[in-house]
Amino acid sequence: MTAMLEMRGVSKSFAGVQALRDVNLTVEPGQIHALVGENGAGKSTLMKVLSGVYPHGSYEGTIVYEGEERRFRDINDSEALGIIIIHQELALIPLMSIAENIFLSHPPSWLGVIDRYEGYRRTRELLTQVGLQESPGTLITDLGVGKQQLVEIAKALSKRVRLLILDEPTASLNEKDSAALLERLVTFREQGIASILISHKLNEVARVADRITVLRDGRTVDDIDCRTEPVQEDRIIRSMVNRDLAHRFPERKARIGDPVMQVEDWSVYHPLHPERQVIKNVDFQVRRGEVVGIAGLMGAGRTEFAMSLFGRAWGRQITGRLQLDRHDVHLSNVATAIDAGLAYVTEDRKQLGLILADDVRKNITLASLDQVAPRWAIDDIAELKVASDYRNRMRIRCSDVYQEANQLSGGNQQKVVLSKWLMTDPKVLILDEPTRGIDVGAKYEIYCIINELAEAGRAVVVISSELPELLGTCDRICVMNDGAFVGEFAAADATQEKIMRAIMRNIKIPSKKGMNESDMRTGAMQV
Amino acid sequence: MTDKTVSLPEQPQRGGFIKNNLRDYGMLLSLFAIMLFFQFATDGVLLQPVNLTNLVLQNSYIVIMAFGMLLVIVTGNIDLSVGSVAGFVGAVGAMLMVRYHVGYPVAFIACLLVGAAIGAAQGYWVAYFKIPAFIVTLAGMMVFRGLGFALLDGQSIGPFPETFRNLSSGYIPELLPGADTLHPTSLLIGAVLALGLIYSSAKGRAREQSHGIDVEPYAVFVAKNFLLSGLLFYSTYLMASHLGLPNVLVILMALIALYGFVTRRTVLGRQIYAVGGNARAAKLSGVKTEQLIFLTFVNMGVLAALGGLVITARLNSATPGAGTGFELDVIAACFIGGASAYGGVGRVGGAVVGAMIMGVMNNGLSILGIGIDWQLVIKGFVLLGAVAIDVYNQRR
Repeated sequence: MTAMLEMRGVSKSFAGVQALRDVNLTVEPGQIHALVGENGAGKSTLMKVLSGVYPHGSYEGTIVYEGEERRFRDINDSEALGIIIIHQELALIPLMSIAENIFLSHPPSWLGVIDRYEGYRRTRELLTQVGLQESPGTLITDLGVGKQQLVEIAKALSKRVRLLILDEPTASLNEKDSAALLERLVTFREQGIASILISHKLNEVARVADRITVLRDGRTVDDIDCRTEPVQEDRIIRSMVNRDLAHRFPERKARIGDPVMQVEDWSVYHPLHPERQVIKNVDFQVRRGEVVGIAGLMGAGRTEFAMSLFGRAWGRQITGRLQLDRHDVHLSNVATAIDAGLAYVTEDRKQLGLILADDVRKNITLASLDQVAPRWAIDDIAELKVASDYRNRMRIRCSDVYQEANQLSGGNQQKVVLSKWLMTDPKVLILDEPTRGIDVGAKYEIYCIINELAEAGRAVVVISSELPELLGTCDRICVMNDGAFVGEFAAADATQEKIMRAIMRNIKIPSKKGMNESDMRTGAMQV
Repeated sequence: MTDKTVSLPEQPQRGGFIKNNLRDYGMLLSLFAIMLFFQFATDGVLLQPVNLTNLVLQNSYIVIMAFGMLLVIVTGNIDLSVGSVAGFVGAVGAMLMVRYHVGYPVAFIACLLVGAAIGAAQGYWVAYFKIPAFIVTLAGMMVFRGLGFALLDGQSIGPFPETFRNLSSGYIPELLPGADTLHPTSLLIGAVLALGLIYSSAKGRAREQSHGIDVEPYAVFVAKNFLLSGLLFYSTYLMASHLGLPNVLVILMALIALYGFVTRRTVLGRQIYAVGGNARAAKLSGVKTEQLIFLTFVNMGVLAALGGLVITARLNSATPGAGTGFELDVIAACFIGGASAYGGVGRVGGAVVGAMIMGVMNNGLSILGIGIDWQLVIKGFVLLGAVAIDVYNQRR
């Protein structure tokens, strides 16, 4: 079979850093081609070369598409030939309707006047193709993330897509929406539309991919034809990180003491939909020196639970009993929660964790300025010393502590956020997706930090969607689903299968109205 | 490559010190250049003692209000009502002193309290009710302009007792026996301030050096201090050879010191900047964001009231139209001085320099005989240019 797309010897560098080295990628017609690799491996860069975001001339190598060498000057050139890329951050306009979004650049019109009915008619056709039953007039903001993804795909279809590129389409989807999306790709394959699927979720890749290309540090390191050989996750992970699974997590000797935080009958309602109980009368506890994991799907209520504990930073009508060191506490705002010894490291580092335009020093001391400010005035020398100490201790790679946070890599940013919270000297540290979006090396360092904290007698709660991470770091894993704990395992006898089964056994098919997680997210943003 | 920052090489920082701090020095140098230009263009009139004194008197209220506006802008908000509030409070003060014969100190304090109450009222809607500051203060702009008209019933009220007028047209009392031409007390204060400036920055530099902190190169340090203290002493010398230091300049100096300290060195100041940088992250770090935004508006109200009193004393009458358009000058001063419209960025020194650039241009252009029409055009372009350079520098 002749290849539909062949990228040969593609190299690209940014300011002296080689992002791609001699990468080859061959996609055959009507195939689902998975592209995997850790963050920074060069997946997105390769796709930007393909789609013309990086124009011809800014990279080396050749692109042959449908039998001809192509030199795309911009994204319009590649779109004209049916190469459509859907980015991880969806490019939809929230307050416009589905139809308006789909025909944003080329609305059906006569003499510049938009023909709304024609747009609706064609939108309805496209929506049927992607399996959506929404009215074309529905606003994007009223859709969940899963459905928004499908709208993006409908938009791609409207441009007569022949090669669909999806950059981590399921990263923010729950299991059910992910399955629906992957099913679409399979349908498209039957219709002759090829896809390139960038994903971190190997189980999905294994389920649908015809061929898998693994990138590491900008090079092609493995190419697996799934029709001739079985897909082995271990092999892919080894290629990706070149490191055995066994060594992904540092060892720790657990010394678990008395309970530090005990939560009883904790109940939280949604701030925007007051009738919706998000956390349903749960009990929870964590002990000194213990690392407790909370597993669950997105939208299960894990972040909301953590934030409601943290000085009622999320939710309303919060009731229940919270004890720290066996004393009842009432934490009415974040400041009192910090004083009481709680710390919460957010899952959204850039929006909620850091002041990106401020330097490393100011970010580290923000939550404990009193420590460097005798009375009201800040002692800048003392502040500098504290910040430099954390920089060395946490091995934050920055030119100095006056470097702006937005110039750091994700892993180093996360270490800055961790430093901020360690400086508050917490008894209980809640880490929400602590390794999201950071590379493998930095992940390992974060795991080491978690271990150190536990060994120092702090209680640590890790919320994570990566099951191996929970198994590798925690002493005990609780499973949350739909606002309640539905299972609990000691790390020793927990497996990914057991946890996943606990999640799936209790999964409820969400009712149509009032239960999509975009609501959840907007709620979480009401900080 | 989902995380773009991962692949970027870490930029070598602090290459050339001057280059990296161009933003800080650039503003001061522009002011210096503008002053030099007008000094020559006006054949030396600009820096004549009487004109320099006038320059201070004419622009004092802008600088006073700019301190408040800077903090409001740093939190990512704006206050359009300050001109109306200044006018209204001036009217309140005039009513108290002229109609009801309230003593000057009591009326003064009462006016500041009225300003605080107005700031609190507007701050409440912005901070706790989350109505955009633009809308709240646009409403305030109309309300207080209207109330000012109503209070004065369309008439001017004045004149005021001598003591009140001294607020903006008086000079510090002469304590030393001296010649009639040069006021020794003023000169002495200038000298003390200049030496104090050099002493404190030298001490700070030594302290930082002893802790191994990178400091500016010695040559830059000397040049900067020489220039600043020289400028300070020379201008006090000029004013001392006229009538001495104006009272209002003393108020300005105190406010510069106060707000400079609050913004750079206090927990309160740091937290205000954090709110502007990322309000949600600040809140999750235990910063009481609503309270701080409320406070910046209360502070703005008090300073708008003070500005109103100063201008009323200067004009020696409260008029219904007083303060019209002040908000534009004040906001422009902050932005020319490097504050960011997105919040989180801006310095007290910058706002002062921004106000002085506006003031020198007003004054210089007037001396050159350029009409108010073209002055506005030129000022508009200066504002746009200053911010454009800023944005360009940040993109680099």
